[in-house]
Amino acid sequence: MTTVHERADTFHDNDQKPVGYGRMLRKEDPRFLRGRGRYVDDVQLPGMLHLAILRAPVAHARIVSIDTSAAEASPGVRAVVTGAMLAQQGLAWMPTLSNDVQAVLATDKVRFQGQEVAFVVAEDRYAARDALELIDVEYDVLDPVIDARRALEPDAPLIRDDLDGKANNHCFDWETGDEAATEAVFARADVVVSQDLVYPRVHPAPMETCGAVADFDAVDGKLRLWSTTQAPHAHRTLYAIVAGIPEHKIQVISPDIGGGFGNKVPIYPGYVCAIVASIVTGKPVKWMEDRSENLISTGFARDYIMRGEIAATRDGRILGIRTNVLADHGAFNGTAAPVKYPAGFFGVFTGSYDIEAAYCRMTAVYTNKAPGGVAYACSFRITEAVYLVERIVDCLADELGMDPAELRLKNFIKPEQFPYTTRTGWVYDSGNYEPTMRLAMDMAGYAELRREQEEKRARGELMGIGIAFFTEAVGAGPRKNMDILGLGMADGCELRVHPTGKAVVRLSVQSQGQGHETTFAQIVAEEIGIPPADIEVLHGDTDNTPFGLGTYGSRSTPVSGAAAALVARKVRDKARIIASGMLEVSVADLEWEKGAFHVKGDPGTSVTIQDIAMRAHGAGDLPEGIEGGLEAQICYNPSNLTYPHGAYICVVDIDPGTAQVKVRRFIAVDDCGTRINPMIIEGQVHGGLTDGVGMALMEMIAFDEDGNCLGASLMDYLIPTSLEVPDWETGFTVTPSPHHPIGAKGVGESATVGSPPAIVNAVVDALKPFGVRHADMPLTPSRVWDAMRGQARPPV
Amino acid sequence: MQVPAPFEYERATSVDHAIGLLERLGSTARLIAGGHSLLPMMKLRLANFDYLIDINDLHAELGYIETGPDEVRIGALTRHRELLESAQLAAAFPIFADAERVIADPVVRNRGTLGGSLCQADPSEDLSAVCTTLDARCVIRGPGGAERVVSMEEFHVGPYETAVADGEMLVEVRLPVRPGCGSAYEKVERRAGDWAVVSAGAAVWLDGGAIVDARVGLAAVGPNTTGIPEISAALRGREPSESLFEQAGAIAAGSCDPATDQRGSADYKRHLAAELTRRTLRRAVERARS
Ligand SMILES: Cc1cc2nc3c(=O)[nH]c(=O)nc-3n(C[C@H](O)[C@H](O)[C@H](O)COP(=O)(O)OP(=O)(O)OC[C@H]3O[C@@H](n4cnc5c(N)ncnc54)[C@H](O)[C@@H]3O)c2cc1C
Repeated sequence: MTTVHERADTFHDNDQKPVGYGRMLRKEDPRFLRGRGRYVDDVQLPGMLHLAILRAPVAHARIVSIDTSAAEASPGVRAVVTGAMLAQQGLAWMPTLSNDVQAVLATDKVRFQGQEVAFVVAEDRYAARDALELIDVEYDVLDPVIDARRALEPDAPLIRDDLDGKANNHCFDWETGDEAATEAVFARADVVVSQDLVYPRVHPAPMETCGAVADFDAVDGKLRLWSTTQAPHAHRTLYAIVAGIPEHKIQVISPDIGGGFGNKVPIYPGYVCAIVASIVTGKPVKWMEDRSENLISTGFARDYIMRGEIAATRDGRILGIRTNVLADHGAFNGTAAPVKYPAGFFGVFTGSYDIEAAYCRMTAVYTNKAPGGVAYACSFRITEAVYLVERIVDCLADELGMDPAELRLKNFIKPEQFPYTTRTGWVYDSGNYEPTMRLAMDMAGYAELRREQEEKRARGELMGIGIAFFTEAVGAGPRKNMDILGLGMADGCELRVHPTGKAVVRLSVQSQGQGHETTFAQIVAEEIGIPPADIEVLHGDTDNTPFGLGTYGSRSTPVSGAAAALVARKVRDKARIIASGMLEVSVADLEWEKGAFHVKGDPGTSVTIQDIAMRAHGAGDLPEGIEGGLEAQICYNPSNLTYPHGAYICVVDIDPGTAQVKVRRFIAVDDCGTRINPMIIEGQVHGGLTDGVGMALMEMIAFDEDGNCLGASLMDYLIPTSLEVPDWETGFTVTPSPHHPIGAKGVGESATVGSPPAIVNAVVDALKPFGVRHADMPLTPSRVWDAMRGQARPPV
Repeated sequence: MQVPAPFEYERATSVDHAIGLLERLGSTARLIAGGHSLLPMMKLRLANFDYLIDINDLHAELGYIETGPDEVRIGALTRHRELLESAQLAAAFPIFADAERVIADPVVRNRGTLGGSLCQADPSEDLSAVCTTLDARCVIRGPGGAERVVSMEEFHVGPYETAVADGEMLVEVRLPVRPGCGSAYEKVERRAGDWAVVSAGAAVWLDGGAIVDARVGLAAVGPNTTGIPEISAALRGREPSESLFEQAGAIAAGSCDPATDQRGSADYKRHLAAELTRRTLRRAVERARS
């Protein structure tokens, strides 16, 4: 175990250029820093038309009529398409990633404000947008269902009358754990604490909004689609199924992506509209949504109304955890999660603790809000799970009068218990929690902070210290348990070494800012000793990369990272045979030293991987049975998820007069197993922590009682700036994954998962003098002030 | 990308040219200064105008800060950034720098103007609260060079509505200078660069130990940024003290009319009106004394 908390001097280390793991500047950055990234909106094709979407102004209404004649007559307009027209082609509805259906364009009713109603295709973006104003839709407005708590009331308006036999707004029920065993544990516990918690609806709000350019060639029948997608291969298959275009005639290209955070996992109606528009007009068509469209209509995250209960002995042994969840899925169940996991991986709500029993019952409902769900860097609902457990553990500490750090330390799963099967059936592959927790406490100066807090409290100052300890579960599959609409969650990788010893590696996953072009080059470099600068990483183009399920749920390194390492080992194995021929010794007499084979006991007699590559493509003889070329391909099916963990400590100060929260310090110790590029890991952590500050303190997609979205612009939906965040203090421990070829675990979402409870716990801790035990996010000054006066309320 | 409805655009070459165009085009035209309030509204299609008259070439004519013995004069096209960085202005009225530090972000401050801020007449707008606090006079020029001078109370007719009529423009803001002045501004925001949940400005004029005059201006607590005459009346002639500030805060809370919204509850905003009134008065007095 090693630690870093001093600031890494990242500006000079490009000179070091590690051949393998280590700190190095990102290969992709020069193009981003020079404004030379190429995003979907940068795609310009000859004769390209532009598409704009008319959206529902109200949350729930029957469509009485649509008159498009004025729009059709507007200058520059080439086509106006409504749901009725799509219905004639059987394209008005499409499947969602959760086996529900969603309207591409509304035919019967609109079910959320911002829903797609019609689209215009015109010669430029302005003409398309202006013509939207000329489409006359008559609506018969219906009562909406906005509060999920009321969705199942007998007189609640019925949202999904499109579904056969549907008589209420029930979406699904789900349970996990052992109800009776949990009941028994609760019955004999000394202490039971229960707490209602709301994880509000938030939005990933990537800097780049969603969009697509569709180019259908009527002659060869090929569709090329540039789109903002985190899962190009899965999207291609789904387009083939939905639109009936043969899969080999579809090329999905996901170029540079300006942030995803889960927002770009689903297939949105706009993509389908762009495809239809290109087929109808015979021209390439671009659709790029604007900021408001992104915020009101695309994949939201969270929206869980939870009751958490925890049972313990008087001396602080946690016995059981129980939870009841009401999940708001919006108008269509568009959740992006493995099919057998309708609640994502929420089942890990038992956290990092060795307990006797656990149970969760969940009900999901439809409301008149945007569909989506499971987005925003949440590892399939682990964000909600970790928030639940880390908040109620703090409530328990409060009840027991115990230090929250001590309570956690006392209940951690012990290192010798791994692999550990939780009470809800998850097999945690590895973990060593106490050193991680102790390191965070040391870095924070925990005891000293508590002393400072005591002094401040005596003076009437409000200071809080919040702890969260999380275990993540990332890297979906294995494919037998995890699939999305039947597509198994495994990922391919191809590596080709060119004659001069340079290489290209092709991935099925897609970077949205995670630095794949660097990390994957380093993984391959570590295995075959070709410098990362000599390895081109290709991704995001279905015609040029192997099949796989894409990047979300922190799965790139656990799944494709493993594939990249294994494919490189395959190439190395072949290289060894060629080397044996070149050195005229047996394979067993060769020793590998990063980048070269030499004869055992004779380091001077060696061939480099570059020599071998030339030989593999050259005119000379190769060992018997060996084909020319130096390349390999693999499809990696993970045997289990990987389970990163981390300990976060947050220190806040609250102005007692204005109730404003200032995050003064934040200590994040992450354990993601083997660290490939520490700088990139730190960047991922910094971003996730910033997300956490946003969710904890300011972000919420709110609705008024009519269902109007109150977060439709970045003026109303706040995301944090550099001024709201402290200098992050990061550290690490290393507990390699035992089943991953290089021991790496995902880290992209750890900080988003772990930081909100740390911040909320800190705020609640600061408010202890007011008798506050819980306050829901977002902890805006006004809501903190309510809590100080004993009037903490769930957010609306 | 959000795009506004079609409009015609012309760059004014002089103040008179701008006024001439405004007069001819009437209510279908708008001036565009920094554009940081107007363009967002047009892109969201909350406002549509047929003509925009760009006055940014008039910076030489309308962008200035002149401090005299009796008056500080600020041209309507003076940018937020110039207000923030002016040492002269900070010496006379530190309230400006206080406020400018918490208005929007550097990108907005590089372009946004004093005139645009006042003319936007957003109830949450900070410079209106500053100008109200300092008892500013607004110089409005009309056709033929005719000028009229109005107080801030007269200038703000209602939310998003000012005394500037079609064919007129705001050209200058005048701030009376009186001895013994101290001023300060404070804002509570949910996040840096956000509009105020509530903000307050205070100015006091001391003579010896006593308050000769005091003014408080609040933003985001009612349909208009407003001065509170009752506070001035309660403070005049008194020695500054914590209990006096307390009393002023209570008046502020009682006389404002905030609404509950995403930024906060009405009760909380009323509480802030009191809290920020106390804080800014305290600081204004400290500054007047030093
Ligand atoms: C992200 C963001 C955050 C912001 N945060 C804040 C904040 O915290 N506090 C705050 O106070 N403001 C804030 N603003 C508003 C900002 O200060 C604006 O720049 C300012 O309100 C308007 O100035 P402008 O020069 O940009 O006006 P414009 O947008 O150009 O014009 C606004 C209106 O005034 C009219 N107008 C402009 N000049 C004149 C004139 N000389 N005579 C007559 N009419 C005129 C225009 O016709 C228009 O109707 C924010 C803006 C943005 C974009």
